Amino acid sequence: MDLEETAVKARAFSYFRAARIDQALDAHARAGDEARFIAGGQSLVPALSLRLQAPRLLIDITHIDELRGIRRDGGYLRIGALTRHCEMLSEPLIAEFAPLLHAAAPFVAHPAIRNRGTLGGSVALADPASEFPAMTLALDAEIEIVGPSGRRRVKADDFFIDLFETALQPGELITAIYVPLFKADQRFAFDELARRRGDYALVGCGMLATFTGERIDDIRISFFSVGNTPIRVKGAEATLIGSSLDAERIAAAQGALEGDLAPPESDEVPPAMRLHLARVLLGRLLGRLGEGA
Amino acid sequence: MSAPLTSLDRPNSYIGRSVPRPNAKRLLAGRGRYISDLKLPRMLHAAFLRSPHAHAKIASIKADAARAYEGVHLVATGADLAKICTPWTGTLDHFKGMNSAPQWPLPLDRVVWAGQAVVAVVAESRAIAEDALELIDVDYEDLPVVVDIDGAREAGGALVNPGSANNICFRSQLDNGAVDDAFAHAAHVVEEEFSFGRHTAVTLEPRAIVADYDPAAGMLTVHHGTQTPYQFQDLYSRHYNIPEARVRVIATDIGGSFGMKLHVYHEDMAVVGLSILLGRPVKYVADRMESFVSDIHARDHRVRARMALDAKGEILAMDVEDLTAIGAFSTYPRTSVVEGNQVIRLIGAPYRFKNYRATLEVIFQHKVQTSQYRAVGHPIACAVTERLVDMAASKVGLDPFAIRAQNVIPDDAYPQTSPTGYRFEALSHQACLKRLHEIMDYDALRAEQVDLRKRGSYRGIGIATFVEITNPSPAFYGVGGARISSQDGAILSLTPSGEVRCLISVTEQGQGTEAIISQIVADQLGLAQEHVKVVTGDTEVTPHGGATWACRGAGIGGETALQATRALKRNILEIAALILQQQPSALDIVDGEVVDAATRKPRLPIAEIARIAYFRSDTLPPGTQAQLTVSHHFAPQGYPFAFTNGIQGCALEVDVETGLIKLLKHFIVEDCGRVINPMLVEEQLRGGIVQGLGAALFEECRYGDTGQLMNGSLADYLVPMPMEMPDIVIAHVETPTADTVLGAKGVGEAGTAAASACVLNAVNDALMPFDATINSIPITPAKVLKALKRF
Ligand SMILES: Cc1cc2nc3c(=O)[nH]c(=O)nc-3n(C[C@H](O)[C@H](O)[C@H](O)COP(=O)(O)OP(=O)(O)OC[C@H]3O[C@@H](n4cnc5c(N)ncnc54)[C@H](O)[C@@H]3O)c2cc1C
Repeated sequence: MDLEETAVKARAFSYFRAARIDQALDAHARAGDEARFIAGGQSLVPALSLRLQAPRLLIDITHIDELRGIRRDGGYLRIGALTRHCEMLSEPLIAEFAPLLHAAAPFVAHPAIRNRGTLGGSVALADPASEFPAMTLALDAEIEIVGPSGRRRVKADDFFIDLFETALQPGELITAIYVPLFKADQRFAFDELARRRGDYALVGCGMLATFTGERIDDIRISFFSVGNTPIRVKGAEATLIGSSLDAERIAAAQGALEGDLAPPESDEVPPAMRLHLARVLLGRLLGRLGEGA
Repeated sequence: MSAPLTSLDRPNSYIGRSVPRPNAKRLLAGRGRYISDLKLPRMLHAAFLRSPHAHAKIASIKADAARAYEGVHLVATGADLAKICTPWTGTLDHFKGMNSAPQWPLPLDRVVWAGQAVVAVVAESRAIAEDALELIDVDYEDLPVVVDIDGAREAGGALVNPGSANNICFRSQLDNGAVDDAFAHAAHVVEEEFSFGRHTAVTLEPRAIVADYDPAAGMLTVHHGTQTPYQFQDLYSRHYNIPEARVRVIATDIGGSFGMKLHVYHEDMAVVGLSILLGRPVKYVADRMESFVSDIHARDHRVRARMALDAKGEILAMDVEDLTAIGAFSTYPRTSVVEGNQVIRLIGAPYRFKNYRATLEVIFQHKVQTSQYRAVGHPIACAVTERLVDMAASKVGLDPFAIRAQNVIPDDAYPQTSPTGYRFEALSHQACLKRLHEIMDYDALRAEQVDLRKRGSYRGIGIATFVEITNPSPAFYGVGGARISSQDGAILSLTPSGEVRCLISVTEQGQGTEAIISQIVADQLGLAQEHVKVVTGDTEVTPHGGATWACRGAGIGGETALQATRALKRNILEIAALILQQQPSALDIVDGEVVDAATRKPRLPIAEIARIAYFRSDTLPPGTQAQLTVSHHFAPQGYPFAFTNGIQGCALEVDVETGLIKLLKHFIVEDCGRVINPMLVEEQLRGGIVQGLGAALFEECRYGDTGQLMNGSLADYLVPMPMEMPDIVIAHVETPTADTVLGAKGVGEAGTAAASACVLNAVNDALMPFDATINSIPITPAKVLKALKRF
């Protein structure tokens, strides 16, 4: 904590409520560095109050209809950026076609925060301890971005670059997350280790696997709270593809984590402990996956 | 259970009954009057620039830009306030040899912890004041920082206060019996070094103050979120040189205190000075980040202790060394050495042995001050004692219940003196142990534990006996020279409509003080509780008293109310006797009616007596002067403290792969003497236990090498939350004190006293198959995994 920045009241700012995407982008383009989009405000407002950020202009995007809604779009579920965390729990389409997000949602903060926080905000912020950004990796999701130079879709694999750094350029908006539809031959598992329910996890993990019988054809495993970004553990994934989930395979996957993860120093959870916890969690989740999770 | 004070089935028998608190509905409805919400005409707002350094010289302060900022009324430094406020020193005479540097509202030339307030800005709004803070430029020159206990004790190491000989604040020693001899002849010796992390109160409402100086009247009014308005009236009067009668401190609703709001804070003193300088009301509410770096912290002890036993498991002696670090100053006016002092005096308290030696060393360091917080010293004394008892039990081959049953002071052996010199009137360890065994269904828990272990799940069962200090006499602070009262006062009036108003010096922080006082008054007078109005917390209105701390509200405040009510009742019956031409002794009061004492036949409503006394005194016999207002003060006499006791138990499960601990169930058997309101007693126990469980598993103020608090926000400092809390089962034993009519002792700290010790024992019990032990609180996953050598 930086004691030079202990404040409780935000610095003064202007506020603009955008009704359409082009209005939001224009307002941002005019204000440049001095503007921030605000969605649920669950990360931004604390940062403003602590004066960690002090933009001149807040552009409220919560009234832009195009950023809302959940619908099927070809082989994908299109989840609007403004979809709130609580909707991950309540929307039947999420439960059916993106059950991993549904499973992760109860672990994201507490009800009051879930009532306001948005998927787009969570992914845009890319907190390495957050559940949803990591799950976009496990799901092989795509992030739809619109900006002054048009619209594009970026694979989650290419989106998270470094600590709070993503493929999103200043002045660009996330419009939706596209998640490949969950299929009958797939299984998923999610869990996290936290000292208190609702806290950011010591270590968390979600996975999605495609099976033929008991053989894993494909698996994507994503960890959070283990580094500067959410991290796919490709070494561990590789040990599992083509095999079934017996104790030996699981141990091999756990062993591979050492090459996949290099947790940072922290005063409370030493790197070796975090790696240990990641192994334990991976073992438990693969065990559940083997039981048909 | 002891016999009730009054028969529970007669009308108005409120003592011993679970009646709801009269103020609960008001608070739930959002009608609380918290100082955080207070707005006064012409009120300004203060904000403080804080030191980013743990130790530095203040070379210069450039504040011209802040002074010129629109909406700013005053920028004040230490020098500005030192002109009108005399310094204070946190020492007490009965702690022989203790020292502490003088303190001013804001530092004059040196900062001594990271987060210390350095410059004050007063502006039209808090936001403007915070804007202006950003324009102030303080030039610091770094000085060597003293952070950990070992560094502070190093000979020739850095000094917290340059110029002093060392970093020692206070040393104390106890030596009773023949300790060396006992250890030399012991069959078993167990020994351990324990550490206890710093933690802090985290009240729902942070510290809040509005100071309002009226230069025309020479009158200072301070709306202050504190437990002890009288103490602050005295301090503001003396340090700002304003006659006491012209200082009024009002403490209305308070969003939690837990001892934290007993102490003098630099910002609070500064706000009073700022209001005097400006002649306008000035408000300051600490934000959560400021609370973490400026509220007192507590605990932070390292204790090395050993226990000697004979071959059969009889405790022979204890030998203890407590080291505690308290920050850069000792807190004013209650000091920062009381906790250590209570640690070494409470260790071993439940047990019979007589040979005891302890040393206490209290050390300065560059951190925020520590001081009295709920269950001062108790959790440390309890954890040290009870863990050693468990270690001894396993060495001797006894069950934890058996070794305690063998060693506690028997219930029929009182009065007794503890090995550390405390005098106990009557405690009930044996009865409590027996009851705990029943309510835990202990044998079944043990059987289940064995079963589950076979399946790779590790349950732990822990118990911890405790003794709690309540109802302190002047021996606590008064003898040390502190102007902190141990007596209370009440003023009781019969209103013209026959209701009762009670102005009393004990205060309300949400624990239900006003509820129990109204119960006692209604019970003792013979009136429906809703016809008693209790008023607390305003030095202009309520009589001077100790107010609320150290578990004294029910025991001392309650007795004050009881005796005042009996006096008022005598006066009412005297008038009734004149009117009815009866002897007063032939009359009584039931449900607001004067009745015939023998037949209970109603004779006259007390409202009628009030009517006659106030409006038709001409109809009373000549020479009659009705006294329908009485005042009464009560100071505890007899034993210097009313000790209480009890025992806690818990069951938990340790995940030996992740180090996470799941609390399954918690139990307490508690003896607080007379139970006035079982529901409130149980609330106190539950809340106290949860706070103790927070200490056991979650709460710790973690500092980096340079003296920066690393986790000073609610995202990083973990308080106990409902999802992690177990069900709590409560049972009572009642041993009233004979020092008062009421017989009540305190209960506010009992839950906190032993909860962490219980968990410590249970975790170690769970880890038994692994040959891993934990001796440090809080018990984090990292500590558990380290003990299990998992990484
Ligand atoms: C007490 C507390 C506990 C929390 N615990 C957790 C937790 O356990 N797990 C977890 O994952 N999160 C947690 N959060 C964070 C919460 O989930 C946030 O809601 C989320 O991180 C951000 O979403 P938001 O809509 O509130 O974004 P905002 O706070 O409004 O914005 C965050 C950032 O994203 C940008 N942004 C927002 N929407 C878009 C968009 N559509 N396009 C481009 N940029 C955008 C904003 O400009 C800003 O920089 C917690 C928050 C709090 C206050």
